[in-house]
Amino acid sequence: MQSKKKSGNFRKAIEPTFKELKFILKRVLRSPLSVAGLVLITYNVALALFAPFICPPVPGTADVYLIPRDQALGFRIEPSAPSPTHLFGATRLQVDLLYGCVWGTRFAFQLGLEVILATLAIGLTLGMISGYYGGFIDEVVMRFTDIILAFPGLILAMAFVAVLARSGWSTLNAAVLSIVLIGWPGYTRLIRGEVLRVKGEDYIEAARAAGASDLRIMSRHVLPNSIYSIIIVASLDFGSIVLTAAALSFLGLGSQPGTADWGRLIYDGVPFASMGLKYWWTIAYPGLFIVLFTLGWNLLGDALRDVLDPLSRRK
Amino acid sequence: MGLREYIIRRLLLLIPIMLGVVLLIFAIIQFVPVMVRVSLYITGSIRELQPAAVQEVIRQYGLDQPVWIQFANWFSQIMVGNFGYSESTQEVVVAGLMARVPATFEIVLVSAPLIILSGIWLGVRSAVQKDKPFDQMTRIISILGTSLPSFFFGVLLLATFVGQLRWVTPGRLSPAMGTALALMIRNGEFTKYTGMMLIDSLLNLRLNYFYDALIHLILPTTVLVFIQTAVLVRVTRSSMLEALGKTYIIAARAKGLTKNEVIYKHARRNALIPVVTISGLLVGGMMTGLIITETVFLFPGVGSWAATAAQRFDLSVVAAYSMFSAVVFVLANLIVDVLYAYIDPRIRLG
Repeated sequence: MQSKKKSGNFRKAIEPTFKELKFILKRVLRSPLSVAGLVLITYNVALALFAPFICPPVPGTADVYLIPRDQALGFRIEPSAPSPTHLFGATRLQVDLLYGCVWGTRFAFQLGLEVILATLAIGLTLGMISGYYGGFIDEVVMRFTDIILAFPGLILAMAFVAVLARSGWSTLNAAVLSIVLIGWPGYTRLIRGEVLRVKGEDYIEAARAAGASDLRIMSRHVLPNSIYSIIIVASLDFGSIVLTAAALSFLGLGSQPGTADWGRLIYDGVPFASMGLKYWWTIAYPGLFIVLFTLGWNLLGDALRDVLDPLSRRK
Repeated sequence: MGLREYIIRRLLLLIPIMLGVVLLIFAIIQFVPVMVRVSLYITGSIRELQPAAVQEVIRQYGLDQPVWIQFANWFSQIMVGNFGYSESTQEVVVAGLMARVPATFEIVLVSAPLIILSGIWLGVRSAVQKDKPFDQMTRIISILGTSLPSFFFGVLLLATFVGQLRWVTPGRLSPAMGTALALMIRNGEFTKYTGMMLIDSLLNLRLNYFYDALIHLILPTTVLVFIQTAVLVRVTRSSMLEALGKTYIIAARAKGLTKNEVIYKHARRNALIPVVTISGLLVGGMMTGLIITETVFLFPGVGSWAATAAQRFDLSVVAAYSMFSAVVFVLANLIVDVLYAYIDPRIRLG
């Protein structure tokens, strides 16, 4: 009896959200470009999820993201051309490009999730504290965001990776950390703004009058009312985060040689690019996978921005 | 508040930000051991220094002292322009930076007007012809432009026009021209006035160098222009659409003005105000894009210099370059804000 009542409450609680989601989906499905975006993202998610079935890793490998070397291809210096055993060909390290591109999708999602979760955690904590308490703490946090935002993102990330790598970090871990470093100020400001907006509402006053603690007010009243727009912004940032990581890898400041990482694969193809189109597969395939990924995200992002913009939404 | 007071107030606000930037770089550098940090102070290779001399540098700049003393010493050094020595290119950091700024500035000088003109023109026309074929084409191309990573686009152009068709060589000049130029500079037959090839070649009346420099700028510029224009077109288009929907547009049409007068005199002027605010974003995108483009086409500017230095963990270059780009970025944003305040007086009154 008790649980039934609870589930009824729960359904009532999520109904507006559910209705909102249905409305967004309906609007998104109306434009062919956003449908294309949705299809591309679904395709990418499927690739990432089913990577172990599309390209099974060698049993017992410690790191599935290191592309297995094909001994049959030997130790030639030039990349091997596409063949029935290697549909996309191989890089100069004689590692299979199909494996690299497919697992690269999973790599991109994993890296993107790690970065998003870390930046959101930092942004939520600092943004809520900053917005809720205001005063001196707010001032310190905001000046800190000013300093980070005074740099063009990739340049600060590049410097940070170089320093961390010089002090013994792996460049991949350093790259992930540096993208978090340049990403948190944006979320912190966004969440602070949301908290400031919600803070003045009557129900917060009521909760405080009822004797709720700061932590309780923040987690039960402020956060649920501001999290919605933040999650959407964060998910739309996925594409640009992956692109930044790929750019760092392309500069040789990301993953190790032979990793299933699109940026790294293109970086390995550059010496052959200056010889012409003879080794086209080394850059064409990883590049195509990146473009299909970012294209999906941009198309859907455009559609969502139009739908969620209160000025244009219900026209 | 007048425009002048607004500018002065904004300039004063820059001081704490720049101090913060310097502090952040100093804090990041603290991650590496003392022996590595020595190269941030010296003006020659650390490999040529005797161990005793290295100890002398450590003592002189207080690298064995508490952090705040180290910061004070380091800060006074960068204030007099000593950013240390670059091990990867074997030169004094400030000299290396100064030698490469003109090359980068040359790319900016060629691409920035192209980006602004084509971005605004395409965006305005796209909005005016909403949902017509021109608009559809522009939108698809601009979505492609924002989705195509600059390094992939650059490498594609490199493979096609440099590797396959051999139309140009990578770099700033053809190898033969470059060697001849170095010789001429040494003999005093070619004076470097600005360091920018396009301008210097004209001032020295060497049109063959002007032509060679120009064709070497085409590919890097194409990458920058394509990707940055895509961003600008999208913003201009949506801002123009919003302006066209305003009631004053209907009023202007109703009082009998022609369609073109309304579009270019009323709508476009108002649509460009929000576009000005995102030009700060554009500057950031350009600076990031320059690193990638210069690296792809081996163009000897600051971007490729910093990227190579970062790959070799050459910290004195990395530190100097990141502070340099922060200064440029912050100043560019300030100019954008002043421009915005100039166009829209409500900003400075607030």
